[in-house]
Amino acid sequence: MKRSKLISSLLILLGTLSMHSAIAQVADWHQLKIAPLPPFHPKEPKRIELPNGMVIFLQEDHELPLIDGSARIRGGSRSEAAAKAGMIDIYGEVWRTGGTKSQTGDQLDDFLEVRAAKVETEGSADSTSINWSCLKQDLDDVFKAFTDLLREPEFRADKLDLAQREMFDAISRRNDDVGQIAARESTRLAYGPQNPYARVAEYTTVAAVTRQDLIDWHKAHVHPNNIILGVVGDFDSGQMESRLRQVFGSWPKGPAVKEAEIKVEPARPGYYFVAKSDVNQSSIRMVEPGTTRKNPDYFAIQVFNEAFGGGFSARLMQQLRTAKGLAYGVGGGIGTSFDHLGITRLSMATKSESTVEAIQGLYGEIDRLAKEPLTDEEIQRAKDTILNSFVFNFDSPDKVLRERMAYEFYGYPPDFLERFRAGVEKITPADVSRVASKYLHKDQLAVLVVGNASEFDKPLSALGQVSNVDITIPPPPGEPQPPAQPGR
Amino acid sequence: MKKHVVAFFASIVILNVFMCAQDLASFEKRITVKKLENGLTAIICERPEAPVFSFFTHVDAGSVQDPMGKTGLAHMFEHMAFKGTDKIGTKDYAQEKLGLEKVEQAYAAYLRERDKPIARDEQKLKQLEKAWQDAIADAQKYVKPNEFSQILDSNGVEGMNASTNEDETSYYYSLPSNRLELWAYMESERFLHPVMREFYKERNVVIEERRMRTDSNPIGRLLEQFVTAAYSAHPYHRPTIGWISDLNSFSATDAQSFFHQYYIPSNMVVTVVGDVKASEAMPIIEKYFGSIPSQERPDERTTTEPPQNSERRVLLQEMSQPIYLEGYHRPDYRSKDDAVYDAISDLLSSGRTSRLYRALVRDKKIASDSAGFTGMPGNKYPHLFAFYAIPLPGHKPEEMAEAIHVEIERMKNEDISDDELKMIKTRSKANLIRSLDSNPGLALQLAIYQSRYDDWRELFYTVDRIDKVTKADIRRIAGQTFTATNRTVGIIETAKPAASQPGGEQ
Repeated sequence: MKRSKLISSLLILLGTLSMHSAIAQVADWHQLKIAPLPPFHPKEPKRIELPNGMVIFLQEDHELPLIDGSARIRGGSRSEAAAKAGMIDIYGEVWRTGGTKSQTGDQLDDFLEVRAAKVETEGSADSTSINWSCLKQDLDDVFKAFTDLLREPEFRADKLDLAQREMFDAISRRNDDVGQIAARESTRLAYGPQNPYARVAEYTTVAAVTRQDLIDWHKAHVHPNNIILGVVGDFDSGQMESRLRQVFGSWPKGPAVKEAEIKVEPARPGYYFVAKSDVNQSSIRMVEPGTTRKNPDYFAIQVFNEAFGGGFSARLMQQLRTAKGLAYGVGGGIGTSFDHLGITRLSMATKSESTVEAIQGLYGEIDRLAKEPLTDEEIQRAKDTILNSFVFNFDSPDKVLRERMAYEFYGYPPDFLERFRAGVEKITPADVSRVASKYLHKDQLAVLVVGNASEFDKPLSALGQVSNVDITIPPPPGEPQPPAQPGR
Repeated sequence: MKKHVVAFFASIVILNVFMCAQDLASFEKRITVKKLENGLTAIICERPEAPVFSFFTHVDAGSVQDPMGKTGLAHMFEHMAFKGTDKIGTKDYAQEKLGLEKVEQAYAAYLRERDKPIARDEQKLKQLEKAWQDAIADAQKYVKPNEFSQILDSNGVEGMNASTNEDETSYYYSLPSNRLELWAYMESERFLHPVMREFYKERNVVIEERRMRTDSNPIGRLLEQFVTAAYSAHPYHRPTIGWISDLNSFSATDAQSFFHQYYIPSNMVVTVVGDVKASEAMPIIEKYFGSIPSQERPDERTTTEPPQNSERRVLLQEMSQPIYLEGYHRPDYRSKDDAVYDAISDLLSSGRTSRLYRALVRDKKIASDSAGFTGMPGNKYPHLFAFYAIPLPGHKPEEMAEAIHVEIERMKNEDISDDELKMIKTRSKANLIRSLDSNPGLALQLAIYQSRYDDWRELFYTVDRIDKVTKADIRRIAGQTFTATNRTVGIIETAKPAASQPGGEQ
């Protein structure tokens, strides 16, 4: 007893001493020794596939007394009818606000808020989703509301009306913010205006949406074999599994969701201008179609993006912000998405008086990639940035769950993250040069400028032919078309 | 039906309170606080969920401390804190230092001529500007641009950023847990030996930030005019980003002296949350941050905003859709009624059961969104409780005002319901729990509560204070705060289109 006490105090003393020697203040960071990060294997969620095809992931996390769940359902706005553009946004709202067979949306609001719980629904391009968040003690009640809404939504007409009014409001405001205009219009240039990722809701397409459309969509898509459900929080996986099997096990399979082919029809290269007379800063976007993450070049592309337009250390920031003081925000890179072509996009905002200078600056950096390729040092730094921050991809059970659900949804291998790490480690400067010239083409970029031409350093036409983009909002049905007023 | 449900779950609410108390106890065990000899407060919260940590440095000085004629300086220094030190970001500091001194001399000479009220010599001004620019180019030779961020990037930094508001300046990022000492070195050095290199280029970056956030954004323009109108005496009337003439005038010397005055240890709280052991991390923090020299606190008296005795209005004609905003003066965060304002904000704004949503959005169908919130533009000093509404197409700002005032009068004249009071209290407990789930979020909250109250536990006590709010409190505070003479109104109206202006590029 006595002896062990002595030993432990000796150990403490030793520990203290060694600690102090380790923390003698260093003169500069090169002297700091960084121990290897201890091996860390985040807990993987448990994957369950029900006989009806529903895939469930359970991720226990006992830190806080909360339980959150999220069901992602295949099919989204990219397969809605063009004449009803905006329907999935409306569906995503009215699904929740329209209530269930047994409760109106307003009753559901009261029921949930008194428990400080949430059940929310949402529509996106390739899927819709329904989520809940509750204190552990309220699981029975909140889960019941969740399943009622999942299986028996009512889409009451008064809430459809409300959602349409809100959409009309959003349409009326879509030209108020320069950044929003630049994002929307550059996406249309990269994908073509009819592409489902680029088209926008109009008064007429929103007005065309009926309650029956929402009911039909729900009927066509919400089947167990189209659903991936993830649950994270303070529960016992065994109990949760049997609860979910009991509730969803007998749900019959439905038809699988069919996805239409997504056509990309980029605008011809050149200059596109949106006039906005009430600003003193131009928003610049250079775009062309990118690629997917299934592409074996994905790892090299990520290293390139980090080195070229990723963060403070990247070339774009270094040259155009730090060295020239031309921008607060500048960046971009080759775009990649899970299951369709991403958008390669360089973005910058600069004072009106340096608009042309900024465009030339961005071009200069693209040219420089060939003349002065990214150095070994720049590429090593980009790789270090990705690899040393890699742990932040899975530093919470919730993030691990979300990654796994995304891979499941898009048909990627469950260890995609690990493959990514291995892939990045192998990237050489030659790989990076190759993808830079393969995917970033100065002569194929559509260059969009949103700004106040009267203040520009030089007219855009000094750079090449300019097409004016009319962003006038088509009026609601029955109202006369106003004269075209770009910039309004 | 609703009442029944509430009664049924009252027992659960009681359980909740118990649970929060438990939580505070568990945090007590994981948190170590130390006030270093120089006055800096360090907090470590052990949260070994994954081999990472986050930190938050809170400096108790913001744009309220900007000197007269030098608005934007606190924010400007925040940008400069990423420019490196006498060892980071330089090829030869001894030479660079001389170069930077010359830049300052040349700039001062240029400014003297530029700002001459009469008899400015344009020829001389040009020469002086050239001399200043030449000095900048000369000093630039010694710079290793962005080395500070490059070191951190290479080491896997996540979420590196900083922010400045009226009340405070904050610095934060996350790193893998084996980089704790690297962090302590980097973070202490930037406040021990900051160097004002590339100052005037960075000033242009900040001016671009102003163009983006304020000048080129109608809502940004409204907010600036609105807050400016609401304050006539207190420094809250000045924008954090700074007025353009100040941005075009202040110098690196000004930024350095702001730093010396306000970045003193007793103004700083540093929190670290994550996979760290206090027994190991605290000595490291002491070692690195302990050498920041202590100093007397500067005179931080600010002018007290006198009571407002008539409504003020700001009306902007913009080429954008209408917006309605109004604000009422209220006391600072230390007020014994602080929790009552939080309760009112929750009652009016939280979720689809909130009063403003139900009245303006759901029932009257005149707005797409409406809320009431506190803390505008800050909360350290007496500030505003504000309301806004976004009119649906075809509805005017005046209708928003009317509908908001109906809700205000209702709050003054009728008790809120039992259900509503319970929702407020339950939500405050649940919100607290939900806010404890991330290293960066915890680091931020612990730092701000420690700085504001000198005790991080106040984060947990907020819930208790909201739990004590009564129906009478809400009526009383609504009655004394939301009066016409105490009101400032900000409106965007859609300007009539000018006679068809050629908009296109020629």
